[in-house]
Amino acid sequence: MNVISFFEKNGMITSFLIIAIIMLIAEQISTRLLHKKIPGSAIAILLGLLLAYYGGMITGGEKGIADLPLFSGFKLVGGSMFRDFCIVSTALGVSFPVMIQAGKAGIISLALGLVVSFVVGICVGLAFGYQDAESLATIGAGTLTFIVGPVTGSALGASSDVIALSVATGVVKAIVVTVFTPLVATKIKLDNPHAAMVFGGLMGTTSGVAAGLAATDQKLVPYGALTATFYSGLGCLLCPSVFYLALKALM
Amino acid sequence: MLIYGLGLLAFSYLAGQLFGDVLGEMIGVQANVGGVGFAMLLLVLLHNYFQKKQWVKAQFDDGIGFWSNMYIPVIVAMSASQNALLAFNNGILPIVAGTLIVIIGFALVPLISSIKTTTHS
Repeated sequence: MNVISFFEKNGMITSFLIIAIIMLIAEQISTRLLHKKIPGSAIAILLGLLLAYYGGMITGGEKGIADLPLFSGFKLVGGSMFRDFCIVSTALGVSFPVMIQAGKAGIISLALGLVVSFVVGICVGLAFGYQDAESLATIGAGTLTFIVGPVTGSALGASSDVIALSVATGVVKAIVVTVFTPLVATKIKLDNPHAAMVFGGLMGTTSGVAAGLAATDQKLVPYGALTATFYSGLGCLLCPSVFYLALKALM
Repeated sequence: MLIYGLGLLAFSYLAGQLFGDVLGEMIGVQANVGGVGFAMLLLVLLHNYFQKKQWVKAQFDDGIGFWSNMYIPVIVAMSASQNALLAFNNGILPIVAGTLIVIIGFALVPLISSIKTTTHS
């Protein structure tokens, strides 16, 4: 009997067990070693990222640790379907008055988040010697999220290595948001639903916002998700069209 | 019944995501626009309606609550299946751009949330 293929066959259940063990280890590190200075959930997410790096190193695949047969269930449990389903389920804790009151700030942060990301990406692209509008727009789009980058790049006909750069930029953004949000949350007053909606709109990367807020305060998750969910879609709309044309006009 | 709560959650999720997909197609982008947001609104509205009708009976909310408690484990699984290698093996540009925008974003959070709070209150 092949043990690995047994676990692969029962992939989803196996991943539940492995995640439970990861959570347990993270919780122990948090209470025993760090005296709860960093929450267990933040450490668990960090452990997850380390596993992802390790998995990528061994297999050379794109799905982190999920490319190992033993961890294949992570593709499903850690995929966008489960993630979005869980985010939606947190909505019952949402307060409508708070949401409506923060609506205006949320929309402003969304617009600003899209524009600022694109501009920052272009500035960095220029600093690294890229001159053509197509490459710059693709890198700018990748600075929005790792979904917007390749969508924009293929729409504008950018080269495949520039598209790879844009995806990598989006992934770095998601990871940096994940790791640093719980650490800077108090400094940037990210401790209320209003700020969480602004945060979701500014950052936009659903993976990063979801994980960063989860590690900070789970109650804030639905508010951040509410604005972030519009970000990638709007980015895919604006980057290859309005933003690209504006960039071309300026060059 | 627990499954009714779960069913409501599933309905809201599917309807919201479908709407987000259709909206994305309508404005001509290859992405979902606001699907999760619409699903969340739908769930809250339907749940309120169900409560008024007194259809929310024992264990109904457990079918939804279970999944909100599964949130962090799912996020752990998500981070473990990220393409983390790609992020660090593509030279310096992605690291510079990806970090810079997050620093700027963090700086903007208190700025924008404070402006709006004062004008509202």
